[in-house]
Amino acid sequence: MTVNGKQISLETPVSVSEFLTENNYQTKRIAVEINGEILPKSQYESRILSDSDTIEIVTFMGGG
Amino acid sequence: MNKDNLIIGGHSFSSRFILGSGKFSVKDTKTVLENGGVEMATLSVRRANTGDKENILDYIPDGITLLPNTSGARTADEAVRIARLTREMGCGEFVKIEIIRDSKYLLPDNEETIKATEILAKEGFIVMPYMMPDLAAARKLEAAGAASIMPLAAPIGSNKGLCTKDFIKIIIEETDLPVIVDAGIGKPSQACEAMELGCAAVMANTAIATAGDVALMSKAFKLAVESGRLAYLAGTGRVLENRGEASSPLTGFLHD
Repeated sequence: MTVNGKQISLETPVSVSEFLTENNYQTKRIAVEINGEILPKSQYESRILSDSDTIEIVTFMGGG
Repeated sequence: MNKDNLIIGGHSFSSRFILGSGKFSVKDTKTVLENGGVEMATLSVRRANTGDKENILDYIPDGITLLPNTSGARTADEAVRIARLTREMGCGEFVKIEIIRDSKYLLPDNEETIKATEILAKEGFIVMPYMMPDLAAARKLEAAGAASIMPLAAPIGSNKGLCTKDFIKIIIEETDLPVIVDAGIGKPSQACEAMELGCAAVMANTAIATAGDVALMSKAFKLAVESGRLAYLAGTGRVLENRGEASSPLTGFLHD
Protein backbone atom coordinates (compact mmCIF):
# COMPACT_ATOMS: atom_id res chain seq x y z
CA MET A 1 0.00 0.00 0.00
CA THR A 2 1.20 3.55 -0.68
CA VAL A 3 0.60 6.10 2.07
CA ASN A 4 1.54 9.72 1.37
CA GLY A 5 4.02 8.56 -1.24
CA LYS A 6 5.65 5.87 0.90
CA GLN A 7 5.34 2.11 0.48
CA ILE A 8 3.90 0.34 3.48
CA SER A 9 3.18 -3.36 3.67
CA LEU A 10 -0.21 -4.19 5.04
CA GLU A 11 -0.11 -7.53 6.78
CA THR A 12 -3.73 -7.84 7.80
CA PRO A 13 -6.70 -5.96 6.36
CA VAL A 14 -7.68 -3.00 8.52
CA SER A 15 -10.31 -0.30 8.27
CA VAL A 16 -9.25 3.26 7.52
CA SER A 17 -10.29 4.20 11.02
CA GLU A 18 -8.08 1.51 12.56
CA PHE A 19 -5.16 2.42 10.34
CA LEU A 20 -5.34 6.10 11.31
CA THR A 21 -5.53 5.36 15.01
CA GLU A 22 -2.73 2.77 14.92
CA ASN A 23 -0.47 5.21 13.12
CA ASN A 24 -1.25 8.17 15.39
CA TYR A 25 -2.94 10.47 12.92
CA GLN A 26 -5.05 13.30 14.36
CA THR A 27 -8.30 12.00 12.88
CA LYS A 28 -10.23 15.19 13.65
CA ARG A 29 -7.96 17.39 11.54
CA ILE A 30 -7.46 15.37 8.38
CA ALA A 31 -8.97 14.42 5.05
CA VAL A 32 -8.35 11.09 3.37
CA GLU A 33 -8.21 10.28 -0.30
CA ILE A 34 -8.04 6.70 -1.53
CA ASN A 35 -7.04 6.00 -5.12
CA GLY A 36 -7.81 9.59 -6.04
CA GLU A 37 -11.27 9.69 -4.44
CA ILE A 38 -12.07 11.53 -1.22
CA LEU A 39 -13.30 9.14 1.43
CA PRO A 40 -16.13 10.68 3.49
CA LYS A 41 -15.56 10.48 7.25
CA SER A 42 -18.70 8.35 7.54
CA GLN A 43 -16.88 5.56 5.67
CA TYR A 44 -13.71 5.45 7.78
CA GLU A 45 -15.09 2.49 9.76
CA SER A 46 -16.43 0.48 6.87
CA ARG A 47 -13.74 1.01 4.23
CA ILE A 48 -11.18 -1.80 4.51
CA LEU A 49 -7.74 -1.03 3.13
CA SER A 50 -6.04 -3.41 0.76
CA ASP A 51 -2.41 -3.66 -0.26
CA SER A 52 -3.13 -2.20 -3.69
CA ASP A 53 -4.57 1.05 -2.32
CA THR A 54 -2.91 4.42 -2.67
CA ILE A 55 -3.88 6.64 0.19
CA GLU A 56 -3.29 10.33 0.86
CA ILE A 57 -3.81 11.75 4.31
CA VAL A 58 -3.75 15.55 4.44
CA THR A 59 -4.13 18.24 7.04
CA PHE A 60 -3.99 22.02 7.37
CA MET A 61 -0.69 23.76 7.91
CA GLY A 62 0.29 27.41 8.02
CA GLY A 63 0.35 29.06 4.62
CA GLY A 64 -0.24 32.32 2.82
CA MET B 1 -20.06 56.27 10.96
CA ASN B 2 -22.13 53.60 9.27
CA LYS B 3 -20.80 50.09 9.13
CA ASP B 4 -18.33 49.73 6.32
CA ASN B 5 -18.09 45.97 6.08
CA LEU B 6 -16.34 43.87 3.50
CA ILE B 7 -18.74 41.43 1.84
CA ILE B 8 -17.35 38.31 0.20
CA GLY B 9 -19.62 35.56 -1.03
CA GLY B 10 -22.43 36.83 1.17
CA HIS B 11 -20.26 36.87 4.32
CA SER B 12 -19.60 40.13 6.10
CA PHE B 13 -16.29 41.15 7.67
CA SER B 14 -15.48 44.27 9.64
CA SER B 15 -11.73 43.69 9.17
CA ARG B 16 -10.10 44.32 5.82
CA PHE B 17 -6.77 42.81 6.79
CA ILE B 18 -6.41 39.16 5.79
CA LEU B 19 -3.48 37.33 7.31
CA GLY B 20 -1.54 34.42 5.89
CA SER B 21 -0.58 31.95 8.60
CA GLY B 22 2.65 30.68 7.05
CA LYS B 23 6.19 31.10 8.40
CA PHE B 24 5.10 31.86 11.98
CA SER B 25 5.84 29.62 14.90
CA VAL B 26 2.41 28.21 15.73
CA LYS B 27 2.49 29.68 19.20
CA ASP B 28 2.68 33.20 17.72
CA THR B 29 -0.33 32.63 15.49
CA LYS B 30 -2.99 33.61 18.01
CA THR B 31 -1.28 36.83 19.11
CA VAL B 32 -0.61 37.90 15.56
CA LEU B 33 -4.22 37.28 14.56
CA GLU B 34 -5.55 39.16 17.58
CA ASN B 35 -3.20 42.10 17.21
CA GLY B 36 -4.16 42.44 13.58
CA GLY B 37 -7.89 42.35 14.33
CA VAL B 38 -7.96 39.62 11.70
CA GLU B 39 -11.24 37.92 10.79
CA MET B 40 -9.97 35.81 7.87
CA ALA B 41 -6.76 33.79 7.70
CA THR B 42 -5.29 31.56 5.03
CA LEU B 43 -3.97 28.04 5.51
CA SER B 44 -2.33 25.48 3.29
CA VAL B 45 -3.02 21.78 2.83
CA ARG B 46 -0.19 19.31 3.12
CA ARG B 47 0.39 15.64 3.82
CA ALA B 48 -0.22 14.79 7.47
CA ASN B 49 2.51 13.14 9.52
CA THR B 50 2.08 10.28 11.92
CA GLY B 51 2.28 11.43 15.49
CA ASP B 52 1.48 15.09 14.72
CA LYS B 53 0.77 16.53 18.15
CA GLU B 54 -0.26 20.03 17.31
CA ASN B 55 -2.25 21.47 14.46
CA ILE B 56 -2.42 25.04 13.23
CA LEU B 57 -6.19 24.93 13.78
CA ASP B 58 -5.59 24.63 17.52
CA TYR B 59 -4.03 28.09 17.44
CA ILE B 60 -6.63 29.91 15.38
CA PRO B 61 -9.36 31.39 17.59
CA ASP B 62 -12.99 30.47 16.89
CA GLY B 63 -14.79 32.99 14.77
CA ILE B 64 -11.96 33.50 12.30
CA THR B 65 -12.98 32.52 8.80
CA LEU B 66 -10.54 30.02 7.32
CA LEU B 67 -9.38 30.57 3.78
CA PRO B 68 -7.53 27.44 2.66
CA ASN B 69 -5.26 27.97 -0.30
CA THR B 70 -4.39 25.56 -3.08
CA SER B 71 -0.66 26.20 -2.90
CA GLY B 72 1.34 23.44 -4.47
CA ALA B 73 -1.15 23.15 -7.33
CA ARG B 74 0.38 23.47 -10.81
CA THR B 75 -2.83 22.95 -12.78
CA ALA B 76 -6.55 23.60 -12.44
CA ASP B 77 -7.16 19.91 -11.72
CA GLU B 78 -4.70 19.89 -8.85
CA ALA B 79 -6.25 23.03 -7.38
CA VAL B 80 -9.72 21.50 -7.61
CA ARG B 81 -8.49 18.37 -5.87
CA ILE B 82 -6.99 20.38 -2.99
CA ALA B 83 -10.12 22.51 -2.67
CA ARG B 84 -12.32 19.44 -2.37
CA LEU B 85 -10.03 18.04 0.34
CA THR B 86 -10.32 21.28 2.31
CA ARG B 87 -14.09 21.02 2.21
CA GLU B 88 -13.88 17.46 3.52
CA MET B 89 -11.94 18.77 6.50
CA GLY B 90 -15.07 20.71 7.38
CA CYS B 91 -13.76 24.24 7.52
CA GLY B 92 -16.22 26.07 5.32
CA GLU B 93 -16.64 26.92 1.68
CA PHE B 94 -13.95 29.52 1.14
CA VAL B 95 -10.97 28.71 -1.04
CA LYS B 96 -8.10 30.81 -2.31
CA ILE B 97 -7.00 29.46 -5.65
CA GLU B 98 -3.28 29.59 -6.14
CA ILE B 99 -1.90 27.86 -9.23
CA ILE B 100 1.79 28.26 -9.85
CA ARG B 101 4.11 26.62 -12.34
CA ASP B 102 6.94 29.11 -12.10
CA SER B 103 9.25 28.17 -9.27
CA LYS B 104 11.49 31.24 -9.37
CA TYR B 105 9.08 34.17 -9.20
CA LEU B 106 6.06 32.11 -8.09
CA LEU B 107 3.81 33.95 -10.50
CA PRO B 108 0.31 32.56 -10.93
CA ASP B 109 -1.08 30.94 -14.07
CA ASN B 110 -4.19 32.97 -14.87
CA GLU B 111 -5.51 30.57 -17.49
CA GLU B 112 -5.54 27.57 -15.15
CA THR B 113 -6.87 29.78 -12.36
CA ILE B 114 -9.88 30.75 -14.46
CA LYS B 115 -10.59 27.07 -15.20
CA ALA B 116 -10.40 26.10 -11.53
CA THR B 117 -12.56 29.06 -10.51
CA GLU B 118 -15.31 27.99 -12.87
CA ILE B 119 -15.34 24.40 -11.61
CA LEU B 120 -15.23 25.27 -7.92
CA ALA B 121 -17.76 28.12 -8.09
CA LYS B 122 -20.21 25.65 -9.66
CA GLU B 123 -19.59 23.29 -6.75
CA GLY B 124 -20.61 25.99 -4.31
CA PHE B 125 -17.21 27.18 -3.15
CA ILE B 126 -16.62 30.84 -2.38
CA VAL B 127 -13.69 31.26 -4.72
CA MET B 128 -10.99 33.87 -4.16
CA PRO B 129 -8.46 33.55 -6.97
CA TYR B 130 -4.88 34.79 -6.67
CA MET B 131 -3.93 36.22 -10.03
CA MET B 132 -1.53 38.21 -12.15
CA PRO B 133 -3.15 41.65 -12.49
CA ASP B 134 -4.58 41.48 -15.96
CA LEU B 135 -7.95 43.04 -16.75
CA ALA B 136 -9.01 40.45 -19.30
CA ALA B 137 -8.30 37.65 -16.83
CA ALA B 138 -10.09 39.54 -14.04
CA ARG B 139 -13.20 39.81 -16.22
CA LYS B 140 -13.05 36.11 -17.00
CA LEU B 141 -12.72 35.30 -13.30
CA GLU B 142 -15.74 37.46 -12.60
CA ALA B 143 -17.72 35.62 -15.28
CA ALA B 144 -16.49 32.28 -13.92
CA GLY B 145 -18.08 32.99 -10.54
CA ALA B 146 -15.21 34.32 -8.41
CA ALA B 147 -16.22 36.03 -5.16
CA SER B 148 -13.24 38.39 -5.22
CA ILE B 149 -10.14 39.04 -7.27
CA MET B 150 -6.72 38.78 -5.65
CA PRO B 151 -4.08 40.41 -7.83
CA LEU B 152 -0.48 40.34 -6.68
CA ALA B 153 1.44 43.45 -5.70
CA ALA B 154 4.82 41.76 -6.22
CA PRO B 155 6.16 38.19 -6.14
CA ILE B 156 5.06 36.13 -3.13
CA GLY B 157 7.24 36.63 -0.10
CA SER B 158 9.30 39.40 -1.72
CA ASN B 159 8.14 42.34 0.45
CA LYS B 160 8.73 44.53 -2.62
CA GLY B 161 5.52 46.50 -2.33
CA LEU B 162 2.91 47.70 -4.77
CA CYS B 163 4.84 47.12 -8.00
CA THR B 164 1.65 46.51 -10.00
CA LYS B 165 -0.21 49.57 -8.74
CA ASP B 166 -1.44 50.92 -12.07
CA PHE B 167 -2.81 47.57 -13.19
CA ILE B 168 -4.56 46.92 -9.88
CA LYS B 169 -6.17 50.35 -10.18
CA ILE B 170 -7.53 49.40 -13.60
CA ILE B 171 -9.04 46.19 -12.20
CA ILE B 172 -10.65 48.12 -9.34
CA GLU B 173 -12.17 50.59 -11.78
CA GLU B 174 -13.32 48.09 -14.38
CA THR B 175 -14.69 45.17 -12.35
CA ASP B 176 -17.39 44.95 -9.71
CA LEU B 177 -15.84 42.37 -7.38
CA PRO B 178 -13.90 43.18 -4.22
CA VAL B 179 -10.24 43.49 -5.22
CA ILE B 180 -7.88 42.21 -2.56
CA VAL B 181 -4.17 42.78 -2.98
CA ASP B 182 -2.36 39.58 -2.18
CA ALA B 183 1.38 38.91 -2.18
CA GLY B 184 4.34 41.22 -2.15
CA ILE B 185 3.11 43.88 0.27
CA GLY B 186 6.08 44.45 2.57
CA LYS B 187 5.22 47.39 4.80
CA PRO B 188 2.17 49.01 6.38
CA SER B 189 2.65 52.11 4.21
CA GLN B 190 2.21 49.91 1.12
CA ALA B 191 -0.91 48.28 2.56
CA CYS B 192 -2.25 51.74 3.26
CA GLU B 193 -1.52 52.83 -0.29
CA ALA B 194 -3.38 49.81 -1.69
CA MET B 195 -6.39 50.67 0.44
CA GLU B 196 -6.28 54.35 -0.58
CA LEU B 197 -6.38 53.13 -4.17
CA GLY B 198 -9.71 51.43 -3.48
CA CYS B 199 -8.72 47.88 -2.75
CA ALA B 200 -11.37 46.12 -0.68
CA ALA B 201 -8.79 44.44 1.54
CA VAL B 202 -5.12 43.59 1.83
CA MET B 203 -3.65 40.21 2.45
CA ALA B 204 -0.16 39.85 3.91
CA ASN B 205 1.94 37.15 5.48
CA THR B 206 5.70 37.43 4.94
CA ALA B 207 5.75 41.14 5.78
CA ILE B 208 4.59 40.30 9.27
CA ALA B 209 6.31 36.92 9.64
CA THR B 210 9.73 38.34 8.79
CA ALA B 211 9.35 41.50 10.89
CA GLY B 212 11.43 42.01 14.01
CA ASP B 213 8.34 41.92 16.25
CA VAL B 214 5.56 39.98 14.56
CA ALA B 215 2.81 40.99 16.98
CA LEU B 216 3.63 44.68 16.74
CA MET B 217 3.85 44.55 12.96
CA SER B 218 0.46 42.88 12.76
CA LYS B 219 -1.01 45.78 14.69
CA ALA B 220 0.80 48.24 12.42
CA PHE B 221 -0.82 46.55 9.40
CA LYS B 222 -4.25 46.67 11.00
CA LEU B 223 -3.96 50.42 11.54
CA ALA B 224 -2.52 51.02 8.06
CA VAL B 225 -5.34 49.10 6.39
CA GLU B 226 -7.96 50.97 8.41
CA SER B 227 -6.29 54.28 7.70
CA GLY B 228 -6.09 53.62 3.97
CA ARG B 229 -9.72 52.59 3.90
CA LEU B 230 -10.81 55.80 5.63
CA ALA B 231 -8.70 57.83 3.19
CA TYR B 232 -10.36 56.07 0.26
CA LEU B 233 -13.82 56.72 1.66
CA ALA B 234 -12.91 60.34 2.36
CA GLY B 235 -11.48 60.86 -1.13
CA THR B 236 -7.90 62.08 -1.25
CA GLY B 237 -7.14 65.71 -1.98
CA ARG B 238 -6.13 66.89 -5.42
CA VAL B 239 -2.53 67.09 -6.61
CA LEU B 240 -0.92 70.20 -8.11
CA GLU B 241 1.83 69.25 -10.50
CA ASN B 242 3.49 72.58 -11.28
CA ARG B 243 2.84 75.03 -8.45
CA GLY B 244 2.08 75.41 -4.80
CA GLU B 245 -1.01 76.80 -3.16
CA ALA B 246 -0.93 78.55 0.20
CA SER B 247 -2.83 76.86 2.99
CA SER B 248 -2.89 80.02 5.09
CA PRO B 249 -4.92 83.11 4.15
CA LEU B 250 -3.29 85.41 1.60
CA THR B 251 -4.56 88.58 3.31
CA GLY B 252 -3.82 90.33 6.61
CA PHE B 253 -0.06 89.87 6.50
CA LEU B 254 1.77 91.69 9.30
CA HIS B 255 3.83 93.75 6.84
CA ASP B 256 0.76 95.17 5.00
